[in-house]
Amino acid sequence: MRHDHLLSAKQLSRGDIEALLDRAAEIAADPGAVAGAHADTLLALCFFEPSTRTKMSFDAAMKRLGGDTVDMGGVESSSVSKGESLADTVRVVEGYADALVLRHPSEGAAKLASEFADLPVINAGDGAGQHPTQTLLDLYTIRENAGLEDLTIGIMGDLKYGRTVHSLAHALTNFEANQHFVSPESLRLPRGVRYDLHEAGANVREHTEVGDVLGSLDVLYVTRIQRERFPDENEYRQVAGEYRIDAALLEAARDDLTVMHPLPRVDEIAADVDETDHATYFEQAHNGVPVRMALLDSLL
Amino acid sequence: MTDTELRVSKIEDGTVIDHIAAGQALNVLAILGIDGTSGEGVSVGMNVPSNRLGRKDIVKVEGRELSQNEVDVLSLIAPAATINIVRDFDVVEKHRVSRPETVVGILSCPNANCISTANEPVESRFDVLDDGVRCAYCDTIIRESLAAHISVA
Repeated sequence: MRHDHLLSAKQLSRGDIEALLDRAAEIAADPGAVAGAHADTLLALCFFEPSTRTKMSFDAAMKRLGGDTVDMGGVESSSVSKGESLADTVRVVEGYADALVLRHPSEGAAKLASEFADLPVINAGDGAGQHPTQTLLDLYTIRENAGLEDLTIGIMGDLKYGRTVHSLAHALTNFEANQHFVSPESLRLPRGVRYDLHEAGANVREHTEVGDVLGSLDVLYVTRIQRERFPDENEYRQVAGEYRIDAALLEAARDDLTVMHPLPRVDEIAADVDETDHATYFEQAHNGVPVRMALLDSLL
Repeated sequence: MTDTELRVSKIEDGTVIDHIAAGQALNVLAILGIDGTSGEGVSVGMNVPSNRLGRKDIVKVEGRELSQNEVDVLSLIAPAATINIVRDFDVVEKHRVSRPETVVGILSCPNANCISTANEPVESRFDVLDDGVRCAYCDTIIRESLAAHISVA
């Protein structure tokens, strides 16, 4: 890769993405081949927000490459609780590790960290902004199941606050995918993402009903309504539970439809979908390890 | 002597910012960080007649020659503004404002969840688009009412 930091999916060219996905596939096929490739490398995990998959898969990825991790721990047990700025935190952490994985509740946090830290910064989610490593594993999963050529994808749910959506939409412009966005009016894509998609000449359509487009999709990417990002609880309640899929709904879909979700889910995908051939979200989560191994291997 | 000159006196040395969109003179001063505390003489004409604009504002700053970089940010709220550098009562330079690529420290991001609005040692930074500005940290785009987001005193 050409970049010392991975802050946004906008940085990634088609060539960058394909090289990383190819490398991830090699690693997935033979993880032992890279078992000691990054011995003595330390990866700092600074998560200012809760995480299960992203944090554990970065931890697993670094260790499977022969390195190790140092973990800031929860915000409540760190100096952040004493009022330390992010700029100070990352300048301290750079002395402890070779790269920094950062999750933070504020948009732009990873960019700010990259301006102060003298080590590679990987954005593991910044508020409602970007989540580029999730996008890499999403693209890997799409390539494995539906292919990235001539892709028609539906992206449904919380398009306003969903950082995985923003990153994925940017990255898919590299593949000229047909992107159908399905959401309530109040959770449509933010202006900044729309601007980028327009500038990229992306093939984009917006819908309020998934049924309008379901039958034409190769992939349906479902997202959780991000309760924690709503400034107003009432606003959340008005839309919560509106966009839910179940096995009965999917009878109108193509047999080869791939259903994805960045997880965690609340109730937007019913449990009966898990038993169908459409369900790909657990495989998607597992793909986080080889993809993040490939990314770390390229950055370190 | 024109009507405008009657309302706003001539200066010996300094900068005259003319053809400001009517009603924007105080925002121009705010963007330039000119509040009179540095002791410079400042004359402001608002809603004065203009052949080109109908009505316009005009600002004269005595004893200070503003650089192109300083005034280019004015293009965001006063794209028709002209800058006159005055020495010994004569206009020695006259030029237009042009759109800068970025604007640093002038505007405040309206996204309360943007890291640039937190207690961090950074100035706001916006990339200038054809029809607005965009926060370099959180990608929020401002197209309307730019003057409402001016953060300087």
